[in-house]
Amino acid sequence: MSPDTTAATMTKPLLKVSDLHAWYGESHVLHGINLELAEGQLITLLGRNGAGRTTTLRAIMGLVDRRTGSIQIGGAEYIGMPRHKIAPTAGIGYCPEERGIFSTLTVEENLMLPPVVGPDGMPLDEIFTMFPNLRDVRKRMGTRLSGGEQQMLAMARILRTGARLLLLDEITEGLAPVIVKTLGTVIRQLKAKGYTIVLVEQNFRFAAPLADRHYVIEHGEVIDVVEAHEIETKMDRLNHYLSV
Amino acid sequence: MSFDVMMKLIMAQGMLGLNNGVFYAMLSLGLAVIFGLLNVVNFAHGALYMTGAFVALILNSYLGVWLGIGWLHIGFWPALIIAPIVVGLFGILIERFLLRWLYGLDPIYSLLLTFGITLVLQGLFINYFNASGTPYPGMPESLRGVVNLGFMMFPKYRLFVIVFSILVCIAVWFVIERTRIGAMLRAGTENPELVQAFGINVPRMVTLTFGFGTALAGLAGVLAAPIYSVSPLMGANLIIIIFAVVVIGGMGSIAGAVVTGLALGLIEGVTKVFYAPASNTVIFFLMVIVLLVRPAGLFGRQG
Repeated sequence: MSPDTTAATMTKPLLKVSDLHAWYGESHVLHGINLELAEGQLITLLGRNGAGRTTTLRAIMGLVDRRTGSIQIGGAEYIGMPRHKIAPTAGIGYCPEERGIFSTLTVEENLMLPPVVGPDGMPLDEIFTMFPNLRDVRKRMGTRLSGGEQQMLAMARILRTGARLLLLDEITEGLAPVIVKTLGTVIRQLKAKGYTIVLVEQNFRFAAPLADRHYVIEHGEVIDVVEAHEIETKMDRLNHYLSV
Repeated sequence: MSFDVMMKLIMAQGMLGLNNGVFYAMLSLGLAVIFGLLNVVNFAHGALYMTGAFVALILNSYLGVWLGIGWLHIGFWPALIIAPIVVGLFGILIERFLLRWLYGLDPIYSLLLTFGITLVLQGLFINYFNASGTPYPGMPESLRGVVNLGFMMFPKYRLFVIVFSILVCIAVWFVIERTRIGAMLRAGTENPELVQAFGINVPRMVTLTFGFGTALAGLAGVLAAPIYSVSPLMGANLIIIIFAVVVIGGMGSIAGAVVTGLALGLIEGVTKVFYAPASNTVIFFLMVIVLLVRPAGLFGRQG
């Protein structure tokens, strides 16, 4: 199935990426990515390391040297927009692969750093209910947290801004199973609250029950799209794509 | 020499040293702020300090003459506000039109650029003003005279400079370490790309930071004008010491720059009591020792 046939089955996409190419310096990393998702949906980008999943998120955020194609969010075009205007205009929350917790900022400063981008940011009380661990470490420096706490903070930080479209890069990477389970619960809660989520994920077992649709990326292109209900029948193919 | 006299002498030289120290602190503070965010070693900092002093001098003694308005003397207090703004705007122009092109390159390029700006500024002022210095007559009436500190009579103006500069340093430290604007600066120092992705205009922040750092140099220049004579080379003599302060304190460390600046002024002063000829070189001895023991500086992050 090609990405285009998926489009036909959907109503008004919130995010629509078409023929997205991206470069770091001279190296051409993305070769025409197509994907889309409607408000309230969750998609995953699957694939091997270096396939271009992280770069797809970075290209949407403007964090590549050059990008062409089209990135539409809520019907508006973002491909030519300068980096610092993208998140506030589109209401995006971005959680980078390395989590991006600032070591010279306290937990509280990290939490309050990103400017508000949408009207209904999550109040601090609700954030601390969702991530109870963070309440106790508010005054600590950002990097004196465990990996799990850092990941919670990176999530909490973008929820506070009122972003409704979340780009989350490898949020379970290197974390203990119990924390991965907590993150699964958090993602499920967010989906129930109507957030729209793009998840780059290595851990298919984590992603499978959460997603509406999976995009398989290889060599900077989408090579397959698997709807949630097709997982059973396409399991062999998925295993083949993701095997190292 | 009795112990009592000795103590008085040490404290007197200490006060004079502290007076130099607040200039070291204010200038290295500006350098540290700039280095932290821009990774630029601003060699022009001394020349911008000198420019600040000249702006004060021009406002007071020349502007009226140039404009043909004999009674026009813009004095010390207005200069304390105008000169940093003028120097800060000049810094913004430098960043916007010159430095910006060098960010991707080896830091040596920005060092060379700012060194060149230093030579141009010095040359300009030498061309139009007395190279050996012009006294600044605008010291405010209220700050003339001396105060009795108990162990010495100390010029009122110098006491004002010490207190005022320390307050400025504390204010800058507070803004950077304890406010949201400061958090944005610190985050931008660490990971400018991500800060920008969050929706903060980092290039504009960089421009304003450079402007602010240079404005601090201009402010120090105004404060220096009534004490030292205003000369085109006044910054060149100071910048070498300032670099030593920044290296000892740790590149980019705000608190390190301030504390080290004050401490080295004091040490310089006190050295005069024990062995006067060493007072000009003691800072450099300390720099060598610090570099051997803690290469990242006293307050810098090691490794």
